[in-house]
Amino acid sequence: MMTNPGNRLTQGQFSFLPDLTDEQISAQIKYALKNGWAVSVEYTDDPHPRNTYWEMFGMPMFDLKDPAGIMMEINSCRKTFPNHYIRVTAFNSIRGVESPTMSYLVNRPKIEPGFGLSRQEGSGRSVHYTIHSYATDKPEGERY
Amino acid sequence: MSEAKQTDSMLSDDTPVDLKAELEASNVQEVLDKLDRELIGLKPVKTRISEIAALLLVDRLRKKFALSSETPTLHMNFTGNPGTGKTTVASRMAEILHRLGYAREGHLVSVTRDDLVGQYIGHTAPKTREIIKKAMGGVLFIDEAYYLYKPENERDYGAESIEILLQVMENNRDDLVVILAGYKDRMDKFFNSNPGMRSRIAHHVDFPDYSADELLAIAKLMLAQQNYRFSSAGEKAFAEYIPLRMKLEHFANARSIRNALDRARLRQANRLFASSGKKLNKSDLITIEAEDIVLSRVFGEGDKK
Repeated sequence: MMTNPGNRLTQGQFSFLPDLTDEQISAQIKYALKNGWAVSVEYTDDPHPRNTYWEMFGMPMFDLKDPAGIMMEINSCRKTFPNHYIRVTAFNSIRGVESPTMSYLVNRPKIEPGFGLSRQEGSGRSVHYTIHSYATDKPEGERY
Repeated sequence: MSEAKQTDSMLSDDTPVDLKAELEASNVQEVLDKLDRELIGLKPVKTRISEIAALLLVDRLRKKFALSSETPTLHMNFTGNPGTGKTTVASRMAEILHRLGYAREGHLVSVTRDDLVGQYIGHTAPKTREIIKKAMGGVLFIDEAYYLYKPENERDYGAESIEILLQVMENNRDDLVVILAGYKDRMDKFFNSNPGMRSRIAHHVDFPDYSADELLAIAKLMLAQQNYRFSSAGEKAFAEYIPLRMKLEHFANARSIRNALDRARLRQANRLFASSGKKLNKSDLITIEAEDIVLSRVFGEGDKK
């Protein structure tokens, strides 16, 4: 059964939509900046949904007024890692929140092989299920 | 879209152009009037700024008629002695550019060499980039810009910073306007050793020194902003003070005047304390008397020279 044609990775905001254009990304960044959130750019080639350790591309950017600076950073990350997943995260530092409030993909590899489902026979007749990204069979840096 | 463009280019040569309506729509006259009101003197600077504003306004109209598409180069260079209002004018410039639509946010990021140049290898580029990113959508004001380039030390990282700035000034013309400021002679030297910088700067504005009369008017304006005023004797004393102070070393135009006024306020407060038995009223609190000014050591030193 094919529920996700193209095996597109779906995590963070907007991931069920077609890829955001640069204008749309810039408008989203503008929203984050308007709220005073610090925006950062991160990348990874391990797309597992539980992988929370994405690499930072440069420092998080504080006190920016205009999305142009962040777009510049996104574009240089795209140039360096054209075949990686790149996401933009907005961090809200308000006391009591202190966590990312926005996160969305801005770049994905050309070919996404998707995930396989593996089953493990447990004790008794139980079966444990887990998903496994086909891409991670290869070592880091050669995956896409 | 293409149809609209066609009609634009097909507009005949005698299509009326409403420059006045455009000026009113941009609200730029308001800023120019404010500049005129709040900044005393500086005639050549004001003329130059309204010229630049007019140029940008016409350029915007030309864009409507599809006569030009490129963003004009807006980077500027302000030269003049300390205290002649370079920073103030730069922040007004940011507002003007914002109203004309050439700076999306219209904020001013004011930096010096320390904010741009790092202390070790590999520190400068991220530091400069960070500042540039902060200034995007507004104006980056680099005070004492000639310090960026230190020819006597070839291992200085300033050149790296200049290189990044040049790149951004060229490629991100829509996003960022850079204004350099500094003393005239040193800035000239700086441009001579950085021809790339010179060619990327469209407007060179020179700030003249203030005359004594202008400085007195500035002093009165400063006091009014802080809810003080001179008594008539106080004003006379300050008018005598200014030429004496101008002759002394380290005279920094309006900045020296501000410092002198700060000291006068200090003496005024002291005088009010010393006169404790006496009943004070509101006008005592806001009036600077002659004795608050003549006590300045400038009167002693200025006479000797």
